Amino acid sequence: METPELPGLAAGFGALLRRDLQLAWRQRGQAVNPLIFFVMVTALVPLAVGPEPALLTRLAPGMVWIMALLGTLLAADALFHEDFVDGALEHLVLSPQPLWLLVLAKVTAHWLVIGLPITLLSPLLGLMLALPDAGFMPLLVGLTLGTLVFSLLGAVGGALTVALGGRSVLLSLLVLPLYVPVLIFGTSAVTQAVAGGGIGGPLALLGAIAALALAVAPFAAAAALRAGIDG
Amino acid sequence: MSPQFHGVAEFLAMGGHGPYVWSAYGVALVVLVWLVVQPLRRRAAILKSVRQVLAREGNR
Amino acid sequence: MARKWQWFHRLGSPPGFYRASGYWLPWLAVAAALLLGVGLVWGLVYAPPDARQGNSFRIIYIHVPVSFLALAGYYVMAAAGAVHLIWRMKLADMVMTAAAPLGAALTFLALWSGAVWGKPTWGTYWVWDARITSMLVLLFLYLGMVALRLGFSNREAAGRACAVLALVGTVNIPIIYKSVDWWYSLHQPATIRLTAAPSMHPDMFKPLLVMIVGFYVFYALVLILNTRAEILARERRTGWVRDLAAGRNQR
Repeated sequence: METPELPGLAAGFGALLRRDLQLAWRQRGQAVNPLIFFVMVTALVPLAVGPEPALLTRLAPGMVWIMALLGTLLAADALFHEDFVDGALEHLVLSPQPLWLLVLAKVTAHWLVIGLPITLLSPLLGLMLALPDAGFMPLLVGLTLGTLVFSLLGAVGGALTVALGGRSVLLSLLVLPLYVPVLIFGTSAVTQAVAGGGIGGPLALLGAIAALALAVAPFAAAAALRAGIDG
Repeated sequence: MSPQFHGVAEFLAMGGHGPYVWSAYGVALVVLVWLVVQPLRRRAAILKSVRQVLAREGNR
Repeated sequence: MARKWQWFHRLGSPPGFYRASGYWLPWLAVAAALLLGVGLVWGLVYAPPDARQGNSFRIIYIHVPVSFLALAGYYVMAAAGAVHLIWRMKLADMVMTAAAPLGAALTFLALWSGAVWGKPTWGTYWVWDARITSMLVLLFLYLGMVALRLGFSNREAAGRACAVLALVGTVNIPIIYKSVDWWYSLHQPATIRLTAAPSMHPDMFKPLLVMIVGFYVFYALVLILNTRAEILARERRTGWVRDLAAGRNQR
C-alpha cells in the first residue's frame, strides 16, 4: 500500500481557513455578538460622561480603541476552545502539517470574522462620538493593523488557556499587558491626526509591531497549544 | 562621616517626612521578611507531612 | 561523557541542587544581612539629606534596588523558562515557579515605595510617568504568570505554558517600555518633571551601591529558598526526600 499523498502547505492552510469561515457563517449569530458589544458599550460612553461634543471628541480615539480591544478579547477565548471541546484540536496538533501554519489559518479566519468587521464598523462609532474628519483614516488603518495584532496575541493567550475551561478572565489577564503598545500607537495616530500632526510615525510603528507579531505569535501559539492542551 | 540626626525623635521625624519614609521602609520590611519566612514555613510543612506519611507506613 | 560536565548534571538534578544549595544558604544569608544592615544604617542615618527633597530621598535606598530586581527578575524567570523548554530541565521549571511571586512582590514594593516617595516630592502619590506606568504593566505581567500557573492542574503542562508566556513577555517588554516612553513624551505635563537628580553626591551614592548589591544577594537567597521548597513539594514521594524528612544521613 502506498502512503497517501499529503496535501501541500497552502492546501492545508486553505482548507482550515475555509472550514473556520464556514463554521463562523453557520453560527453567525455568535460571530456578531462581539460587534454588538462593540457598538453597545460605545453608546454607554456619552451616557456616562455627558453628551458635549467637545468632550466626546477628546475621548473618541481612546474609547473606540478600547472597545475594539475588548470586542476582540471577548472572541479570543473561542478561538481554540470549541475545537478543543469537540476534539478537533487534537487532530490539528497531531496532523503532519506544521502547527504554526494551522494556527495562522485559524487566526486569519478569526481576524476576518471579528477584527475586520470591527474595523469596518469603527467609523460609525467615530461619528457617534463626534470624531473630527481627519481622524477616520488613521482610525481605519490603525485598527486594521491593530486588530490583527490583537488576534495574534489573543491566539497565544487562547492557546495557553485552552484546556482551562473557557477562562476568559484569565486570558484577559495574560494578554492585556501585551496589548499596551498597540493601544498607545493606535490611539496616538488618531489623536495626532485630529490635532493636525503627521500620522506616519505611529502607524509605521504599528505596522512594525504587526509584522513582528505575525512572525513570532504563530510559533508561540503553536508551542502554547502543545503545552496547553494537556491542561 | 557623622550621623545626620541628633536624637531618636529627630531621626523618627525625618525632617517632617517621617510618615513617608517609614511607611516605605515598614512595608518593605514586612514584604522582605514574608519572602524569607514563607518558603521556610512551606519547607517545614512539607517535611512534616512526609514524616507523618512515614510514621503511618511504619505503624502498619 | 566529559567529566567537566558532571558537576553540571549533579547540580541540575533536583536532589543535587537541594544538597549543594544547602551549603550556600548560610553564606548568602550572612552576606545579605550584612550588606542590607550596613546599607540601611548608612543610608538612613549617615547619608546627607538631599538639598531639595530633604530626608524623603532616603526612600531611594529601597526604591532603586527593588526596581532593578523587579525587571531583572522577569529575565531570570524567562531564562529559566527557556532552559526548561529547550532542555526539558525540571530544575529550571522549579526556578521559574519560584521567581514569579518573588518578582511580583518586588514590583509591588517598587510601586509602593515610589508612591510614598512621590507624595512629598511631587505632591501626589501617583503620576502617569513613563517609568511608573511601565512598572505597573510589569506587575500585570507577573500577576498573569502567577494566575496561569494556578489555573493548571497538570504541573508538566503548566511549566511549559508558563515558559511560553514568559518568553512572549520577554519579547514584549522592550516594546512596552519604548511605547510607554514615547506615550509619555507626547503627554508630558509641564508642571511635573521627574528627571532624576543630575548627579548624586558620592556620600549618597555609596550606600545605594551597598543596598543594590545587598538586594541582589537577598534575591538569590529567596529564589533559592523558594526553589528548595518547590523541589520538596514536587519530590515529596521520592526516596531522598523521605530520607531527608526522617533525618537519615542527609543534610
